[in-house]
Amino acid sequence: MSKLIVTPNLPAVDDVYQWLVDAHVGLSDAESMRLNARLILLLANAIGDPQVIREAIDHATSIRGLESSSPCT
Amino acid sequence: MATQTDIPVWREIGEAPHPGVAGEKATVAIVGGGPVGLAMAIELGSLGHRVLLLNRFDFISAGSKAICFSKRTLDIFDRLGVGDPIVNKGVSWNVGKVFWGASEDPVYHFDILPVKDQKRPGFINIQQYYVEELLFEAASKLSFVDLRFGHNVVAVEPDATGVDLKVETSEGTYEIRADWLIACDGSRSPVRAMLGLEFDGRVFEDNFLIADIKMEGDHPPERKFWFDPPFNPGQSALMHKQPDNVWRLDFQLGWNIDREAEVAPENVEPRVRALLGPGVPFSQEWYSIYTFQCRRMEHFLHGRVMFAGDSAHLVSPFGARGCNGGIADVDNLGWKLNLVLRGEAPESLLQTYDYEAIATADENIQNSTRSTDFMTPKSEASKAFRDAVLELSRDHPFARPFVNSGRLSTAVSYPNSPLNTADVDLWAGGIKPGSPALDAPLGGRWLLEMLGNWFVLLADGWQGPEPEDVDVVDIAFGNSNVDLIRDRYDFSPGSAYLIRPDQYVAARFRKPTLEAITQALQRAQGRQP
Repeated sequence: MSKLIVTPNLPAVDDVYQWLVDAHVGLSDAESMRLNARLILLLANAIGDPQVIREAIDHATSIRGLESSSPCT
Repeated sequence: MATQTDIPVWREIGEAPHPGVAGEKATVAIVGGGPVGLAMAIELGSLGHRVLLLNRFDFISAGSKAICFSKRTLDIFDRLGVGDPIVNKGVSWNVGKVFWGASEDPVYHFDILPVKDQKRPGFINIQQYYVEELLFEAASKLSFVDLRFGHNVVAVEPDATGVDLKVETSEGTYEIRADWLIACDGSRSPVRAMLGLEFDGRVFEDNFLIADIKMEGDHPPERKFWFDPPFNPGQSALMHKQPDNVWRLDFQLGWNIDREAEVAPENVEPRVRALLGPGVPFSQEWYSIYTFQCRRMEHFLHGRVMFAGDSAHLVSPFGARGCNGGIADVDNLGWKLNLVLRGEAPESLLQTYDYEAIATADENIQNSTRSTDFMTPKSEASKAFRDAVLELSRDHPFARPFVNSGRLSTAVSYPNSPLNTADVDLWAGGIKPGSPALDAPLGGRWLLEMLGNWFVLLADGWQGPEPEDVDVVDIAFGNSNVDLIRDRYDFSPGSAYLIRPDQYVAARFRKPTLEAITQALQRAQGRQP
């Protein structure tokens, strides 16, 4: 049974999105990668449920390749 | 076979004489006289089986090999009657500390034995040659065990009922037939090669320098591990105490190095000095460089030939899962082969060695591979996660358990083993079928000592008639202070566990009946489909 919430569940999405992007300002690619890793680990611990994390990884990896096949608009 | 000059000798054993007669027969031939082969010989020999052990070299080798022996291995050594001399010689430890960068405070520390009040510590460190020597001495005392060092197996021809072996000595070759053959002949197993069997897995592109040094002084016997320390920048290092004031230092070197130059004392010693600090006197015991691989055979059982230890599975050293994994094989195979040899179980019981030992090997390979990937990240993303864990672990306790410098060897459970009888009653805890019995003090002794070597009904107030062919250990009978064991096993009055000879739980019952116990026993002995 799926446990990952994939319907809208987060208020203030524009703020959250902006925070995520702003956190990377001025960072090199390597520093960004490390920041993302820290964020993922913090959030994974806060979620506290391996099954949710497993499903999130599956959802995220299933999208791989879409960007190259979708037309530019 | 003559002594090989390129292998350091710890103790000369001498070549056993050529048997002189043709057509010798052995019940069990063991190839390989390392810790796994010797322990296997003791296990079967002490159960009264005729065992012939053939070892290529006529000596016990020195050099840097296994040093960390787990609590589970010590419990098995106790069962084999060799626990005390090995533990007495070893250095006991439970605590590991992990450091990152130049900080003198560990980012993480762990206790390998979180459940106290057990006979044995989480680990002892002892040089493999001491273990081999003590096992050799114990095996030599068994009249059913024939130890032939300096006898090299050069041909193996199995058929449906046994194996024909050709053995080479300095006095010529001879042939012998064994009903069973156990190959404990190491990672480059000649038996495996002679049978043309595959050994698939993964090679790790990294080099590690082992510097075993002698150093006086009073340092605690903890396992210390460093990520990116100032004395080995960008790499890892490990420090561990052994008996006789010997210390194992282990430096990660990376892949593209000049191995011959790196192992030269004039290049090793600056590394050692940088780790120890200036002015600490030390001397060289043995320096060597190793790389490692994680591999296993697809099956460990091939008709009348069985594989145990490094011949069957190979892991990275981080986690101490190599030699300990091999001793677990002995523990698992010994009682099963004993039952088959006595005609009390069908040969098919040995299929469960294949199942359970492979489960153990896979868990060991998975753990040691994960540790290695954490220590030596193979991609930018992998390195980012590793560094993120280390960065977070300084201030955030949640991140510390992610730090992986080796998940140290513990007993592996077989929750889905065909030998288990599934629970039908409700248990709030205790030990599940397929898991190893947990030690506890009992009546001035230790529970694991009392379980011994055979099927045991561990009961809390046994009422019924004695079940056939099972030893009963009743904790309620004549023992004071049984609260701890009741708690560990979630006992209630009248309840009982059926425990295998390797001290794994086969079944448990709140209100056992003779019929249920008999059925569980038959299942655990492979006598029931």
